[in-house]
Amino acid sequence: MVQLRSPQELEKLREDLLTQRDPSRPCISACAGAGCLASGAQEVIDAFTRELQTQGLQADVDTRGTGCPGFCEQGPVVVIHPEETCYLRVKPEDVPEIVSHLKDKKVVERLLYVDPATGERTTREGDIPFYKNQQRNIISDNIRIDSKSIDDYLAIGGYAALCKVLFSMSAEEVLDEIKASNLRGRGGAGFPAGRKWEGSRNAPGEPKYVIVNADEGDPGAFMDRALLEGNPHSILEGLIIGGYTIGAQEGYIYVRQEYPLAVENVTLAIAEAEKYGLLGKSILGSGFDFKVVVHRGAGAFVCGESTALMTALEGRVGEPRPKYIRSNEKGLWNKPSLLNNVETWANVPRIINRGAEWFTQIGTESSKGTKIFSLVGKITNTGLVEVPMGMPLRDIIYKIGGGIPDGKRFKAVQTGGPSGGCIPESLLDLAVGFDELTQAGSMMGSGGMIVMDEDTCMVDVARYFIEFLTDESCGKCLPCREGLRQMARILTNISQGKGKAGDLETLEELSEAAMEASLCALGKSAPNPFLSTLRYFRDEYEAHIQEQRCPACSCKALISFYIEPEKCTGCRICLKKCPVDAIDGDKKKIHIIDQDKCTTCGVCADVCPSHFGAVKRLSGVPVPADLAEDQRRVIRKSKGQ
Amino acid sequence: MSDIRLQIDGKDVKATEGMTLLEAARGAGISIPTLCHHDKLVPFGGCRLCLVEVEVAGWTKLVVSCVYLAEENLIVRTRTEKIEKIRKTLLELLLAHAPDAPALKALAEEYGADADRYEKEASFCIHCGLCVRYCAEVKKKHAVGFIDRGIRKEISFLPHIAAVECNDCKECFPLCPTSYLQAAFVLIEALAFPRGSSQSS
Repeated sequence: MVQLRSPQELEKLREDLLTQRDPSRPCISACAGAGCLASGAQEVIDAFTRELQTQGLQADVDTRGTGCPGFCEQGPVVVIHPEETCYLRVKPEDVPEIVSHLKDKKVVERLLYVDPATGERTTREGDIPFYKNQQRNIISDNIRIDSKSIDDYLAIGGYAALCKVLFSMSAEEVLDEIKASNLRGRGGAGFPAGRKWEGSRNAPGEPKYVIVNADEGDPGAFMDRALLEGNPHSILEGLIIGGYTIGAQEGYIYVRQEYPLAVENVTLAIAEAEKYGLLGKSILGSGFDFKVVVHRGAGAFVCGESTALMTALEGRVGEPRPKYIRSNEKGLWNKPSLLNNVETWANVPRIINRGAEWFTQIGTESSKGTKIFSLVGKITNTGLVEVPMGMPLRDIIYKIGGGIPDGKRFKAVQTGGPSGGCIPESLLDLAVGFDELTQAGSMMGSGGMIVMDEDTCMVDVARYFIEFLTDESCGKCLPCREGLRQMARILTNISQGKGKAGDLETLEELSEAAMEASLCALGKSAPNPFLSTLRYFRDEYEAHIQEQRCPACSCKALISFYIEPEKCTGCRICLKKCPVDAIDGDKKKIHIIDQDKCTTCGVCADVCPSHFGAVKRLSGVPVPADLAEDQRRVIRKSKGQ
Repeated sequence: MSDIRLQIDGKDVKATEGMTLLEAARGAGISIPTLCHHDKLVPFGGCRLCLVEVEVAGWTKLVVSCVYLAEENLIVRTRTEKIEKIRKTLLELLLAHAPDAPALKALAEEYGADADRYEKEASFCIHCGLCVRYCAEVKKKHAVGFIDRGIRKEISFLPHIAAVECNDCKECFPLCPTSYLQAAFVLIEALAFPRGSSQSS
């Protein structure tokens, strides 16, 4: 690698890279993101390397390990270029067949996407409904490049925005562009990025810092991980542009230790950018110096809060600061510190390249651009989806997500991470945007979206999230530490049928204290899971408290399992699997659950073959009396009866 | 230093630059309850009892007065219905830990807080951090610190420092509102440096 000393040298390198590359040359690209690796992608990639050698094709076919394309449900994902044939759930044993058809371009039908409703197969990646209904402005680059190759990033136009900024724009012009784009922070609160940048730029104090918040801690959220793993250079490019704009020469990437691949890829990206002279002294000969340091977080959820993150960066206990001064003016070591989320930074080079006007054409009046959501829970297509702001929740869940599996009914979608809220079916046509979600009692947060079906108990959901936040509270301020502790305790009691009159009022009072008096955003937003479920599902709380009944038949202390005699075939499966020997029966003898022994673990319901479906959950009603001994013989009904 | 004029509970109050609302109010004879505040220590903002309502250009918000700095023309209310209600809740949460602490009992009476509102907790530390911060900021010894996080957080003496420093100091003892500190010290003393084995001269 040679140090690039001018924009012309960068463009020359880009041209050379492009002339060396033949777009019609076959290339096998496999997702090498954490999700697919966990489903065995590395074995698949190794199998391709071996098989290409075996079939003598290693000189004619390229291979590439890309970032996450988002369709995690169907991983490992393999795409054959230039046809863009997409194979899903690929196993090492499928590899010889795929490779053998590279020459004749025959498609391996059985590995294609199959529409669960119509049974129709889709060959091209972009035609799969999951992808087709998205607008993939940011995450699409993940699959165009090898996440470990700076040359790949340069070949798709990487660092052109940096070049444009350094050589044809003043810092004011860059700031104006970001302000004109109306980009709002993707990390949680949705604060206008331009105003934050301006605050840092105008604040007195040297040196200044720019920071990437990659402490993605929301359960079930992994969009920042996918971007940092898959396309680390785009984050770096955004960060350097931010540094140039506010006058900072030092950047930090605060990434959680639990993301080893993101740490590895971004560390490599920094080293490669330094070798090319895209980081370091006088970038591309511009006279602008910039360096980046990777800091690994030690695992506290609260460190995603900007002031706690900066305290942790300083080497102290990661607790939020009590001060009423914005950290963009006085942050890290009391100096102006511009902190943005990974996805916010990823938007920056795109806005610079394509202009604020392009960006503002996407989205709603108050929320511009696209947003990546991690769609998880009771949803057919689990994965990362990128959609324009303003898309109705219904389209995300049904058109892209493929709806609720197993024929179950949709109940609620929880957005915004643990301190977000649950949105009910009646609001499914809500357009997703910062303000719309807040008005509905939830929030955008970093873009977590957990879908819940009819079997989910909303009281238990609130209990789970409040417990999570209690565990993750730093403990510094009283309304969060003690208030959440008591809220978790009361919610646990309610879910165990030990709720009492006045509990809901006490919970509301504790919520108010936490929201109004907590030190940081963790405590201030922590009551949301309770408040939003109370707002839309009050009847479930009342059923738990007044009738000791769980309407979703989910809370273990409030349910009983019952074997319906007319459905039981006496197959002994549940009897053998019951961990506490609570089931009595024999071959061809209708099984009965001893309610005194039963621990309501639910194994019997899980193992009962679905075509029998004999084990039923009951809540709030008495369990029917057991059959008399002489009535327990299974009488096989003949067909047609 | 220029004077800042503001209004607290309807009273015109003068403050100087850099002064907190708590200092300004107390200077004017207006009392605001605190548990984690100490004049010699950097504001902590932990107990949140000192929260007050501030009004700027018609907008009101709740802030903690031990941290918020006095501003020209600020309107401050230290006892609204909402503030009293939140203080009562906060006190009830603390009374679950230390129902017999005199400082808490006095405040409980003032705000009508019920000591039995919540189930009692085993630890009677209220995490005001006075001992930890006094030892670090004033004495610069760091003989006592916080360990763990959230509801598992507690104070603990560091035996190797405490064995050397504490017997001749104990200036933190009277700061503790609940006497938990003394208990923690007795425990560490018994375990790590029983009387007579002290390393101090």
